[in-house]
Amino acid sequence: MTTAEEKRLKNFAVDIRIQCINEISKVGVGHVGGCLSIVDTLACLYGGIMRIDPKNPGWDNRDRFILSKGHAGPALYAALALRGYFPMDMLNTLNQPPTNLPSHADKNRTPGVDMTTGSLGQGFSSAAGMALAGKLKGENHWIYTLLGDGECQEGQVWETAMFSVQKKLSKLIALIDCNGKQLDGTIERVGGNLNYAAIFAAFGWHVIEVANGHDVKEIWTAIQAAKERDDRPSVLILHTVKGKGWGYAERLENNHNFTVSPQQAAEAAAEFEQQRV
Amino acid sequence: MPAVIAPNRAAIKDPEMRTVYADVLENLIRKDKRIVALDADLMRAIGTFKLWDQYPDNIIECGIAEANMIGVAAGLSNEGLIPFAHSFGAFASRRDFDQIFMSCSYANLNVKIIGSDPGVVAQLNGGTHTANEDIAMMRAVPNMTVLDVTDVVMARQILPQIAATNGVFYIRYPRCAVPRVYEEGSSFSVGKAVRLRDGKDLTIIAAGIEVSEALDAADILQSEGIEARVVDMFTIKPLDESEVIAAAHETGAIVVAENHNCHGGLYSAVAECLAKTCPVKMEQVANKDRFGDVGSLKYLMEEYGLTAQDIVRKARAVLGR
Repeated sequence: MTTAEEKRLKNFAVDIRIQCINEISKVGVGHVGGCLSIVDTLACLYGGIMRIDPKNPGWDNRDRFILSKGHAGPALYAALALRGYFPMDMLNTLNQPPTNLPSHADKNRTPGVDMTTGSLGQGFSSAAGMALAGKLKGENHWIYTLLGDGECQEGQVWETAMFSVQKKLSKLIALIDCNGKQLDGTIERVGGNLNYAAIFAAFGWHVIEVANGHDVKEIWTAIQAAKERDDRPSVLILHTVKGKGWGYAERLENNHNFTVSPQQAAEAAAEFEQQRV
Repeated sequence: MPAVIAPNRAAIKDPEMRTVYADVLENLIRKDKRIVALDADLMRAIGTFKLWDQYPDNIIECGIAEANMIGVAAGLSNEGLIPFAHSFGAFASRRDFDQIFMSCSYANLNVKIIGSDPGVVAQLNGGTHTANEDIAMMRAVPNMTVLDVTDVVMARQILPQIAATNGVFYIRYPRCAVPRVYEEGSSFSVGKAVRLRDGKDLTIIAAGIEVSEALDAADILQSEGIEARVVDMFTIKPLDESEVIAAAHETGAIVVAENHNCHGGLYSAVAECLAKTCPVKMEQVANKDRFGDVGSLKYLMEEYGLTAQDIVRKARAVLGR
């Protein structure tokens, strides 16, 4: 990755952060923490990794993205709008009927969303189904799916993990946003800290740990590494910070879902601007 | 031709319903490569096991993981394939209800869910494997069609229709051989009830294995001078409301017979329809909110009050006799 490329992606991440918090401030409340922790990953995916055509969201040969942690919809919407899937001002309608931007990603309402999600664990399964369909049809596109670390407490996730290896779904790339927290507290306190890298490896996945899940260069490199195996699915274990980029959000103990005023959105935007390169 | 009772139906010995299921699926697969049959380690149970080697791209074994199976089916559908996902009704409804709800119906995808061995048809698998609440659950899910298949003739006709129709379907389907009801050549339409037998004194509305019992009951009632109309309401959702209302208007009393809990199933659907338009006296033949048990089909039908004689008793009761 060239320095120019890296800068471009970092700045794309800044734009996504600004738009995401702005969006949430329009309705006044949202899943801020888990949105901000995945922004840099989204910047990579929608900033050049994925083969997409915003003017043709249903393009057969496109790479697919399934946001299994569907409550991070606002972050995805920001990336999609910035890429031109729909007009930027639609972001102002988040969660305000009659909107096409509901809290949890919905393929039937938002251009660019590949699957309807919201009930945790299910997006992962449908991503495996989509990867299987691609394999059965002899297609070459990649299928990316993004899960939360809390989400991995759902048993269905491990059903899918088992299935994906047995079916050799090598075009499936899972990304786990390990921001260490869930609604009721830290992962450690609520569900128990588990070494997801070791567990996915034990299931037979090709595992790449990303020590800094906010470093676009590291994420990019990890995805390239993921694509090298053609006999098994890959998973990126992204070590992230819930609320990353906005000091107030990072420091807030319960930063899963909280109110954001226009004033706060402006403060956050100013802070994000400092991150522009 | 319109659906009619097979003459001499009692003498007909049909193959097991699961044999027909596998045959129909094979025919569908041969005509359309988009058809895929998924299972959660019950292919030997439903009869599709024999297709596995021959159609490796169309038979998807998911192992004992029903929730993932439904999610995978949704994903396959999202890419234009046509999945039929099977497990025993008990598991196909209860274990993966949220997945059916969200990944299939809410997401507006094209998935056919086969819930085999409904109610007492679970037989020796007993109470843990008995689905007596699947109709109740699925009726309350928007964007869902619910069926209870009556016999081999209907199965051969209705499964291809369902394959060709976009939507989410929950299909109750026995595995064993069941009594024949329909004449070969009978045609069916999802959503349209079949009036098998006309009558003016009351109507027996039945589904699944209760349809044959309803016909037997009508014969017994006839010998007592009671003329019973018999309706096969094989599509429980959407209910054929015009047929239900006609039964109420024209015969004035209704017995609903179903292989399901007394709460929330076909009886409830009929009662909901009539309560607002044409309330009439109703009786029901159903499982009286009890867990299932082990036994032969014959034993369980008697034990749980699902036989023709039970329908006859309720018919007399609804007429105040």
